[in-house]
Amino acid sequence: MKKILDTGNAACALAVKAAKVDMVAAYPITPQTSVAEKLAAYIGSGELQAKYLPVESEHSVMSAVAAAAAVGARVFTATSSQGLLYMHEILHYAAGGRLSIVMANVNRAVCAPWCLYVDHQDGVSQRDTGWIQLYAASNQEIYDSIFLAYKVAEAINIPVMVNYDGFLLSHSMMPFEIVDQEIIDEFLPVFQPDWRLHPDWGGTFGNVTPSDEYAPFRNRLADDMIKAGELIKNYAREYKELTGHWHGDLFDVYRPEGGEYFLLSMGSMAAEMELAVDILRKEGIPATGLRLRVFRPFPGAELSRLLPPDAKLLVFDRNHAFGTGGGVLLSEAKSVLFDRKDQVKITGQVMGLGGEDLPGDYLAQKAREMMEVLK
Amino acid sequence: MSVKIKDFSDVEYVLPGSAACAGCPSTIALRIVGKALGENAIMLMTPSCAVASIGLLPKSCYSLPTLNICFASAGASAGGLSLALDALYEKGRLKGEKPTVFNWVGDGGTYDIGLQGISAAAERNDDFIHFCYNNEAYSNTGVQRSGATPLHAITTTTPLGKEVHRKNVPLLMLEHRIPYVATASLAYPMDLYRKVAKAKSIKGFKYIEIHAPCYPGWKFASSDTVKMSRLAVKSGAWLLWEGEYGRLTLNNPTSLLAKGKMELLPVEEYIKSQGRYAHLMKSPDKKSYLAELEEEVKRGLKFMAGRAELI
Repeated sequence: MKKILDTGNAACALAVKAAKVDMVAAYPITPQTSVAEKLAAYIGSGELQAKYLPVESEHSVMSAVAAAAAVGARVFTATSSQGLLYMHEILHYAAGGRLSIVMANVNRAVCAPWCLYVDHQDGVSQRDTGWIQLYAASNQEIYDSIFLAYKVAEAINIPVMVNYDGFLLSHSMMPFEIVDQEIIDEFLPVFQPDWRLHPDWGGTFGNVTPSDEYAPFRNRLADDMIKAGELIKNYAREYKELTGHWHGDLFDVYRPEGGEYFLLSMGSMAAEMELAVDILRKEGIPATGLRLRVFRPFPGAELSRLLPPDAKLLVFDRNHAFGTGGGVLLSEAKSVLFDRKDQVKITGQVMGLGGEDLPGDYLAQKAREMMEVLK
Repeated sequence: MSVKIKDFSDVEYVLPGSAACAGCPSTIALRIVGKALGENAIMLMTPSCAVASIGLLPKSCYSLPTLNICFASAGASAGGLSLALDALYEKGRLKGEKPTVFNWVGDGGTYDIGLQGISAAAERNDDFIHFCYNNEAYSNTGVQRSGATPLHAITTTTPLGKEVHRKNVPLLMLEHRIPYVATASLAYPMDLYRKVAKAKSIKGFKYIEIHAPCYPGWKFASSDTVKMSRLAVKSGAWLLWEGEYGRLTLNNPTSLLAKGKMELLPVEEYIKSQGRYAHLMKSPDKKSYLAELEEEVKRGLKFMAGRAELI
């Protein structure tokens, strides 16, 4: 294994190459573009034996990879922001069709107004499409998450979106370790689907379905989505044993000892949150960082397990859940902790929209404000 | 290639018991297309009458592997699927001969909501056949206008008759300079069969548009689908031609009509038994409407004959 210094997009493309995908379709959008370019270059040079489809829109991207996945190819695409929104219809199709697609979403604000910089509105807006969603906080984690994503997607036939922050990660150079190809091949063998859309297998796919047949399909997806949480935990451990790389499973917990205030967030702001936790701890405040790695399936039981009796949960949302007065993580956390019998207290704030800078001392100040609210 | 109808394979790829209307042109056409393509084929469909005809899961009236993809997806999905097959065959994951990939899509999915994706697939020269069965309306949702609905035809969203012209999507496809583009008619099954067999033998993007008179949509007798197809060709309302890399050839009888070696049937013969034009036939301005439609037909024939002379 060797360590290199490169961007988050480079880490993503290197991992996709090592995952030996069969087919890539992509449409460029800032800040995803260099992922599409690097993969086109790998395929062009023969470093990656795969096909590249330069489609004319993101709706077509997802239409192309969904159909490619239906014949049993290992497929990849990447997008951002408006591109992800434009795919929305086919995101539902891909999950409902149980197609093992992996996609990177380089998180970026959505319009109007236009903005090129990070927030999580694009990803969280796809909450109910039936996709598994991972959120990375470093270039190493982007690299490692691609393999985890394929492992999970192909085991349970649910597509996986690997999210990482635009520019803050996609364009920032960070050191990360490249895993030897033999180890990747051991962790992620050639995809052997049970069924392919092909004359040798037969069958029609996506037919019109009466209610009594439709509901079980959708309910199975809902049930399997819950099961995917356990799979992610197991495969993260298996990957750790092979590579030594570990970013947590469903959560990455920072300074859990004696925690009373729990600072919940995801993406790169959650890595910055470690500085905020250090600042608060220095002030004698028993703060703990909870970095959510898996937004879907939402790890409610795990969150509850991490919170001791009478814990205070401070939620930092880089998105709006319009009409609720807060962000999506706040709504999710409140909903999964509703049944707690003890007095867990929850509050939250929305911040960091459109790439607004979130340094550690600012996050610490926001945490203090939220602590005041809970008093 | 000379094929007689009795030489067609007796294998049926549209099974009895389909949910299609009696006299459905999509079903008639797909029977012929299936026979020309054979069993090593994968079909993609976007929402349309052909999908409604499959029957509810777990039943299916099509014996080919079929992917029912979203409405605007045909171009990209067939392109992606075909390219993925290339990768899997090259890597040895799949053995034998690559199946023929084809779209079976209506004029809604071709002329309108799907045009962008189909144009892009044509420009990329993706390896599949796009079939458009053109019934000149959104028949599946109960006959609303489409970009293929002709001038003055009544649909539920053009209750007074369509006031604008239809597009010429086969011509647009020709100008993508793809390996093969053709128009076809149910009344000329050997011509259709030959064109499908030819498209199957060519690698790259192929486009075949089949005129598909729809009895509930156009309001004629359900037994007259093929008759209506023939009248469309003989009156010049539907032209038969094929093109390779931008070179255009008119096929018979369109070629004979263009050369004046066969007389055009009056448009009135074609439209008089279609309820969608009944308002013209009853109108005090019937004569001027018919003259306008005659002019429309002659313009189309002259234009395409001229285009065939160009390159």
